Amino acid sequence: MATDTSAVAHAHDTQGDESNWDGGAAPFKVSYGKLMMWYFLLSDAFTFAGFLIAYGAIRFSSPSWPVPDFVFRTAPFDNIGMGHETPLPLIFVTFMSFLLIISSVTMVRAVQEGHRENKNGVVFWMLLTVIGGAGFLGCQAWEWSNLIGAEHMTVTTNPFGTHVESGIYTAGDGHGINKGDTFDAGDSYLIHKGADGYNQVPYTTTAGETKHQEFGPKAFGALFFFITGFHGFHVFSGVAFLLIIMLNAASGLYVERKNGYEMVEKIGLYWHFVDLVWVFVFLVFYLL
Amino acid sequence: MGHHNYEDAIKGVYKGLFLLAVITLIEVFFSLAGKGYIGFLGFLEHASWAVYVVGFALIALSLYKAYFIVYEFMHMGSEVKGLRMTVLLPTLLLVWAVVAFFQEGGSWKTRRDVIKQRNEIQVKQAPQTGSLIKKLPTNDI
Repeated sequence: MATDTSAVAHAHDTQGDESNWDGGAAPFKVSYGKLMMWYFLLSDAFTFAGFLIAYGAIRFSSPSWPVPDFVFRTAPFDNIGMGHETPLPLIFVTFMSFLLIISSVTMVRAVQEGHRENKNGVVFWMLLTVIGGAGFLGCQAWEWSNLIGAEHMTVTTNPFGTHVESGIYTAGDGHGINKGDTFDAGDSYLIHKGADGYNQVPYTTTAGETKHQEFGPKAFGALFFFITGFHGFHVFSGVAFLLIIMLNAASGLYVERKNGYEMVEKIGLYWHFVDLVWVFVFLVFYLL
Repeated sequence: MGHHNYEDAIKGVYKGLFLLAVITLIEVFFSLAGKGYIGFLGFLEHASWAVYVVGFALIALSLYKAYFIVYEFMHMGSEVKGLRMTVLLPTLLLVWAVVAFFQEGGSWKTRRDVIKQRNEIQVKQAPQTGSLIKKLPTNDI
């Protein structure tokens, strides 16, 4: 077969010129990798949206729902030394949000240093980003272990309940509820677990009926663990990729590419997306 | 939208950090105020309108944070229009998903008793004919 030498020569001219996608001009004036990262993030946004909308639909369908400022009122080190009787609503999770925001900002700095081809700057700011991400994961590990180990929430059992009528307790639970304590409709409670299982404290309603504390809506635990777990897994993979790209940058791999550390920019897009998702997880699980 | 010099760019980043941190603090303040934790705003816990006002404010602030992250940190503002539209327009589909599913959720709530009642209705057993192939009654054909 005769070889068309001019066509081969032409192919060689454009081959390896990734910024043009080998078609003469880059669609949307970005590299293939960056555009695909955007489209991956779009699809990931739909996955998260599906989860969060399911959460919203189930929450709307439930007569009561655990109030976040009651469920998330603990912090490490015995509520930062204030004792477990002092509730700290949303304080710990606000700290977690700050960690992610700060690590997002250090990521922006890494991308900026990449554009200036400043290798040491890239590595330094990526290292801070990794530390921020790892810190967030550590906080989440504490939050989960507290919910599972100390408060005994599981995927199928939700001990966070809400009173639907007012009444008076006829027994104590040894965790702050005493015999004779009164409560109103809308008050939250946590059913503690002892050696004999969950202790559903008995009470008398104002109408005179004797009842026991009911478990909260069953789906709460599953939704919480699946959605924050899915987000946490994104943070974990982000930290892993950040580490790999940081080591690559430190080894001088991207110096030779002379494309303004585009790989750092791409992992940066992913990392900001993780922060973006947290904005909405924070909104629906903790704020509303 | 591009930042022209290095010092301005760095300043912009720290302004962004300050902005996001302050908005987050305002959100937490609103959320706690709506639940009656902030002393002088304690009355909000019992105000029926508070949940809507606080909810609307929280959603608006979160959407602004999302916009800021996408446009400033992810530099969506300096991408060409085609790229912006192919990424952002599909997310508008979610508006309908939110409306439809929340409406559905609200409907389950009001129909819980009916659903429970219907779930308890016993299915009438078809009479056993002794054959695996059931003959249809002639008047059904």
